[in-house]
Amino acid sequence: MTHILKPQFRHPNLRTNSVGLTRRDYEGVISTLCAGCGHDSVTAAIVEACFEMEIPAHRVAKMSGIGCSSKTTNYFLNRSHGFNSVHGRMPSVATGANLANRDLVYLGVSGDGDTASIGMGQFCHAVRRRVNMLYICENNGTYGLTKGQFSATNDRASRNRKGMETPFDSIDLCNMAIELGAGFVARAFSGDKAQLVPLIKAGLHYRGFALIDVISPCVTFNNHATSTKSYDYVRHHNQMVGRLDLVPEQEEITAEYAPGTSTDVTLHDGAQMRLSKLDISYDPTDAETALPVLERYKRKGEIATGILYLDDREQDLHDLIGTTTKPLNEVDADTLCPGSDALAAINDAHR
Amino acid sequence: MEKTDISDPSYFHKVVDCQWACPAHTPVPAYIRLIAHGRYTEAFMINWESNVFPGILGRTCDRPCEPACRRGRIEEKPVAICRLKRVAADNRGPVDHLMPAIPTVKNGKRVALIGAGPASLTVARDLMPLGYDVTLIERDPQGGGLMRKNIPSFRLPVAVLDEEVGRVLDMGLTTRFGAEVTSMKSVLDEGFDAVFVGTGAPRGKDLRAPGRDEAAANIHIGTDFLSSVAFKHIETIGKRVVVIGGGNTAMDCCRTALRLGAESVTVTVRSPCEDMKASDWEIEDAEREGIPILDNHSPKEFVVEDGKLTAVVFERMRAEYTDGRRKLIPTGEPDVVVECDDVLMAVGQENAFPWIERDIGIEFNEWEQPQVDKDTFQSTRPGVFFGGDAAWGPENIIWAVAHGHQAAISIDLHCQGEDLMRRPAPHVNLASQKMGIHEWAYDNDISNDKRRIVPHVDPALSLRDLSMEVELGFDAQQAVDEAMRCLNCDIQTVFSDNLCIECDACMDICPVDCINFTQNADEPDLREDLRVPAMNHEQALYVSGDLNTGRVMVKDEDVCLHCGLCAERCPTGAWDMQKFLFVDAKALPIPPQEQSDAA
Repeated sequence: MTHILKPQFRHPNLRTNSVGLTRRDYEGVISTLCAGCGHDSVTAAIVEACFEMEIPAHRVAKMSGIGCSSKTTNYFLNRSHGFNSVHGRMPSVATGANLANRDLVYLGVSGDGDTASIGMGQFCHAVRRRVNMLYICENNGTYGLTKGQFSATNDRASRNRKGMETPFDSIDLCNMAIELGAGFVARAFSGDKAQLVPLIKAGLHYRGFALIDVISPCVTFNNHATSTKSYDYVRHHNQMVGRLDLVPEQEEITAEYAPGTSTDVTLHDGAQMRLSKLDISYDPTDAETALPVLERYKRKGEIATGILYLDDREQDLHDLIGTTTKPLNEVDADTLCPGSDALAAINDAHR
Repeated sequence: MEKTDISDPSYFHKVVDCQWACPAHTPVPAYIRLIAHGRYTEAFMINWESNVFPGILGRTCDRPCEPACRRGRIEEKPVAICRLKRVAADNRGPVDHLMPAIPTVKNGKRVALIGAGPASLTVARDLMPLGYDVTLIERDPQGGGLMRKNIPSFRLPVAVLDEEVGRVLDMGLTTRFGAEVTSMKSVLDEGFDAVFVGTGAPRGKDLRAPGRDEAAANIHIGTDFLSSVAFKHIETIGKRVVVIGGGNTAMDCCRTALRLGAESVTVTVRSPCEDMKASDWEIEDAEREGIPILDNHSPKEFVVEDGKLTAVVFERMRAEYTDGRRKLIPTGEPDVVVECDDVLMAVGQENAFPWIERDIGIEFNEWEQPQVDKDTFQSTRPGVFFGGDAAWGPENIIWAVAHGHQAAISIDLHCQGEDLMRRPAPHVNLASQKMGIHEWAYDNDISNDKRRIVPHVDPALSLRDLSMEVELGFDAQQAVDEAMRCLNCDIQTVFSDNLCIECDACMDICPVDCINFTQNADEPDLREDLRVPAMNHEQALYVSGDLNTGRVMVKDEDVCLHCGLCAERCPTGAWDMQKFLFVDAKALPIPPQEQSDAA
């Protein structure tokens, strides 16, 4: 790990956002991951997205479990709330936190082990409950912290460094999330920030469960020639099917697109997004037609990236179960505990 | 853009801003690291090889390195390079045994040096170890030139000067002190194989105004005044003194006058203060001693009553700038009268060659300046060379040293019958600093400290003593702390495109956003498109060859901290931190030292 402290000096001309902060004000401590880890690029993309969104750090809750990926919440937004949970249990903790305070921005960072193995059950339920959060899975197909065993997302075609094959099929988190009712599902590559940063921004704006499955190469255990999650493999098999851009408020929509290839979507908070279809056969707003297309890409060994599914109804857990509109810490004591008369009235109604 | 050719020594040399800016190309970061480790003798020797007078320059250098220092672009102030040099000179151990051997059997070539200032002494230093028979001819009784005559001893103690001038003289030159050359022809008639003119710019300029001649007894030319003080011909001055001029000579004059017993000293400048030619620190030193500087005051008349100077009348001026050209215009305000007993005139210097006959093949231009080749320092007469202020007018010590090195190369080539244009190449070397997975041979933690101020003696003491040095210099701890501010710009970031897997780790970690992976373009577009646009056009872009994705790596050298985080976070070793050693060629064949400056 790096022992050099990251110097505090910054470029004197570094851009500031309208609250006077630079990108570097959204950083955390220096990464202790292996040099060249894809996860560090995801961290940099999160920093960039938060800087561009001018997100107030104290309104963010960083949630994570266990693993290389889960360590990274320490490397950005060092003035935010954070919870580093038990292995695979981040979705439950995030669900609880979200129920208690619906006003914070929940950013979960997990990995393929933390999500697709030990936390699979937790993940599925957070999706179907539509917990309002952005769930980033830093997916490298390997258990890096325990020295490179196959993970559940490792493709059958992919061999380990010694040439060993896996006998099992891989879990596709995106397909699963679409089926379970996630409203925002995207796949990205850590080595392509031009694609990743707008996705993170859109995911943070989105209300409901947003998943970004980021293929994030493990340079130490899964970046060899026979891996399907190496920098080279992903670059050569990356097929962007749907592009998503955030349209800044003040910008007029002037660009012209071929008819039927581009749709503008306005999110609940007013954020404007533009969906561009890059594969004409693919409609990211229709799960029924989208899933078979994704399956076709997968069979060809191609990696479909970009926005894979978007449900513009933006439903979240609070909508589904009808909770109070305010965070619990803002609900006064009388409302929280209406007293024995109110209880008696409820009991009477059931007699 | 084309792929950057890092095999061209000037590419990485330019990244070492201080060394590039130093006329003598002193390897600054190398000696600063040695000072940080307390290895003063080695730090001194690096300096001595490059600039001959470390103790003198560590006090008086014009410091072109400091405005160039990269540190000054990322925070307020550059590293105090000059004062660190002094630390090396003041604290070094014995060096006599490290000096080059002087052959007892000479090579049969005789060289005359006219003037014993820094330029001539540098030529002597470079030629003596080669076996030349060198004769030094000087008008004054001692060597040192302007360093002795014009720099007051409260800035440069005589002991320091004597030691460093003596170190050259001890190489066994033939010296003719007190011998003024009145005819170049007679020198040439002595049959020297080469003659070097290093006579400086000794003639102080005068300023004509009404009353000038009548008040002549109390109007002194600044440089003459300073040398008369240095040689103890003047020991007192009037109670009220006016210094006219805004250069370093004016600053030395006013502070000297104060020490000779003047009760009030006033400096007057025609231009606004910000246009003054004096170095900022010399102005600060004068102001610290309570000397007022009246700017925008143009001398109009010297008032003489009963045959004696009583005052100077000044016209108020203001500056107007059109197309970068300055024009001083009278404001029409009432004139200012400053009463005084003596005036010191420090309005510039020039070189003059009444002693060089005009019919011996040495051509002069319309301003009576010798025609000297910018590369070889040779005049129009083969075998006659010029350097220092004698060549193109007043510069400073470090330029004189740089000229001396080049002239010595030319003299050597000339005496050996070689082509003067075939200049020897510099010695360059690149050496990886990687010691282990996370270990580097240099200290790459970046200090956040501000520049330290050099302590001064109590003015109550120093103002009474002409020879008491005002600056005390850094102590050992201050020197270490200041040295740690150095960014080690000679530890280069070297990129191998064939190793890069484009994982972005270096780009993500770089604290100053200088690394980019982007589509190649023409330089103006590329500069605009970087993460932080590269708007300092003085600084190069380091462009790789095409990478696998068709992109290129572009690094803006401008504010790189040389912290090594790019190399530290690179999984494939595509980035490496390599120490770049650049030793400019000299006639003196000093084997370039590979300083093992690891801690």
